Amino acid sequence: MSVTPAATSHASQPSGAAFIFKKALISAVVALVLFSLMIGVRTEAGNQGGLIYWTRFGDLAAMVGVVFGGSIIVELLRQWWGPVGTIRVVPPQVQATMAFAGRWLATALLVFTFLVPVIFYDQRYILDLGILVLTYVMLGWGLNVVVGLAGLLDLGYVAFYAVGAYSYALLATYFDLSFWVCLPLAGILAAFWGVLLGFPVLRLRGDYLAIVTLAFGEIIRLVIINWQSLTGGPNGVSGIPRPTLFGIPLDNSDNGLAAKLGIEFSPTHRIVFLFYLILAMALLTNWVTIRLRRLPIGRAWEALREDEVACRALGINTTTTKLTAFATGAMFGGLAGAFFATRQGFISPESFTFQESALVLAIVVLGGMGSQLGVALAALAMIGGFELFRGFDQYRMLVFGMAMVFLMIWRPRGLIGHRAPTVFLERSQAISSDLVKEGHG
Amino acid sequence: MSDNHILTVDHLMMRFGGIVAVNDLSFAAERGKITALIGPNGAGKTTVFNCITGFYRPSGGAIRLTHDDGRTIQLERLNDFRIAKRAKVARTFQNIRLFPGMTALENLMVAQHNALMRASGLTFLGLIGVPSWRSAERAAIDLARAWLTRVGLLDRADDAAGNLPYGDQRRLEIARAMCTEPALLCLDEPAAGLNARESGALNELLLSIRADQGTSILLIEHDMSVVMEISDHVVVMDYGVKIAEGTPQAVRDDPKVIAAYLGADEEEAIAVMESAT
Ligand SMILES: Nc1ncnc2c1ncn2[C@@H]1O[C@H](COP(=O)(O)OP(=O)(O)OP(=O)(O)O)[C@@H](O)[C@H]1O
Ligand SMILES: [Mg+2]
Repeated sequence: MSVTPAATSHASQPSGAAFIFKKALISAVVALVLFSLMIGVRTEAGNQGGLIYWTRFGDLAAMVGVVFGGSIIVELLRQWWGPVGTIRVVPPQVQATMAFAGRWLATALLVFTFLVPVIFYDQRYILDLGILVLTYVMLGWGLNVVVGLAGLLDLGYVAFYAVGAYSYALLATYFDLSFWVCLPLAGILAAFWGVLLGFPVLRLRGDYLAIVTLAFGEIIRLVIINWQSLTGGPNGVSGIPRPTLFGIPLDNSDNGLAAKLGIEFSPTHRIVFLFYLILAMALLTNWVTIRLRRLPIGRAWEALREDEVACRALGINTTTTKLTAFATGAMFGGLAGAFFATRQGFISPESFTFQESALVLAIVVLGGMGSQLGVALAALAMIGGFELFRGFDQYRMLVFGMAMVFLMIWRPRGLIGHRAPTVFLERSQAISSDLVKEGHG
Repeated sequence: MSDNHILTVDHLMMRFGGIVAVNDLSFAAERGKITALIGPNGAGKTTVFNCITGFYRPSGGAIRLTHDDGRTIQLERLNDFRIAKRAKVARTFQNIRLFPGMTALENLMVAQHNALMRASGLTFLGLIGVPSWRSAERAAIDLARAWLTRVGLLDRADDAAGNLPYGDQRRLEIARAMCTEPALLCLDEPAAGLNARESGALNELLLSIRADQGTSILLIEHDMSVVMEISDHVVVMDYGVKIAEGTPQAVRDDPKVIAAYLGADEEEAIAVMESAT
């Protein structure tokens, strides 16, 4: 009589040669229909202005063949290494190795990051790239609170990045406030906007939530563009003050840091300072998130992701729980935004398009929702990898698309998919990703 | 006698469009006793629970909860999480609703959310790790450990709830409800899907909760062996109305009850008859 929920949740998937063949055939037919006009027939304006065309059936056949073969390969990979086999518990050896590798990797990565400005002191390009990666690590960790822990799909995260950046830019240029005063203000303002966004979307779930948050991101951008008198509109804000080391500017002046220390001035000083600044901010984000997960609020976020109805039956105020998740995520976004503004010295609405939201969300999803290390690795791979493939020019987008597709086939729950418990009696064992819910919005 | 009722349901009505799921239902649950709500499938039992626990807003009638200290709360005016938080009513669900990706221990920690939230100074004191928060957290873990021991799941404390066998999940859900330290515990078919040994253990657990915690229990159950053995008072519903009420023995012999079960479902009628003999 009893129906195990575990057994029903994972419908068995068909396999076997016939199934794979059928699936590949369908893909090939779709490709044939799509490409027959796009590739099969080539038209061009002739000498007399008339339309001339010729056929390229060879190319068409090659394309369809590639799709057919490719879909067989993808299906085979999915069945062999994919999550089709319902391994409900991560095997202990794998777990132990992963835990060891994870701890080792995290430490190694951290030590390496600290040493980057020392090792690459002369390479401005690497330092800039490092700052960029760390900014996205921080954004990823911030969004992770909303998407990974609370399970609320937010497609407008860039709005808070923008709020933080403009908060600092405007406060600093209009009121002459220093970076260290503006930084918390930017965080608070962004958190405030997070709550404002939270209110209307409280009742929404899944796709609806995603669409409204997406719209919110666009609204903020449009307001910035159109509120010319305050934000400078499309021209942006320029002359944003550079950060100071607690009041000591990092420039060539007489009371600059170099002069005070009696060393020769170099523009690299500021870059190194910015590097350590964003590193500290990202680590603060990480530390706070890890602490929060072990506090009742963090557990309530995760419980909300798992089952909202059960949360209400336990007396958890789901409204404030959702709002705090939005506010916390937004606050980190705002802090990162303030850093972005001070680093660039100039900001404009162009920096806060939907693409940024999508990129940060991709980092979170790829990293494994909820995993701090996974998000850091994903940010490194996405941003660093993107730069690495700069030589490929227009193909790098293609390479990235492919890489993401394959990664999602092998590890649909991201690089680090399993969940670490927040509290334990005897031993902490990782929870397999297919038990952990993704949230429903 | 009436001042010893923890829960009084008064002319409760619940309509869904044209369907009247609960029609003018009145009954009371006595403090420190086990009250069973039975009836054929679709009788409206779960709907009554949803009204009591704030998941549905009743179309009419009143639901009154009276605490030990005489404080009275009109449940139909509270909603959502406030019933669990302020009125101290906990519930389980007909189809189990645990947090499957969290461990058994974590499930019980989430249940203590409101107390822990206060202890952590709305997160701020917890974030800097003040000693009072640390001791509150240890106390919460101890309470969770005690309940895991009571439901026999101590050795599965660090396993994901979704990985536990069905019977264990049912008991974990009860333990989770008890971790909210409720005055009234509402159980929706706790014995569904359990084998004879497991439902025997469930009987003992519920009796011990009544005896040790003094928690009043309201129970929906199809398994007559559970109902007959542990309940102090039985309310029988059919098509949204109450058709009988009384001690298990009295209800068992009531011709209206037998007729309701006969009319509804042959198997269930047989089950009632068998447990009666
Ligand atoms: N949200 C709803 N919307 C519409 N109709 C509903 C809703 N909830 C319950 N009902 C209807 O109310 C009636 C009573 O349902 P309920 O779930 O309360 O029965 P039950 O006694 O718990 O039955 P079971 O023993 O099968 O659990 C049914 O006819 C059901 O279809
Ligand atoms: Mg029911």
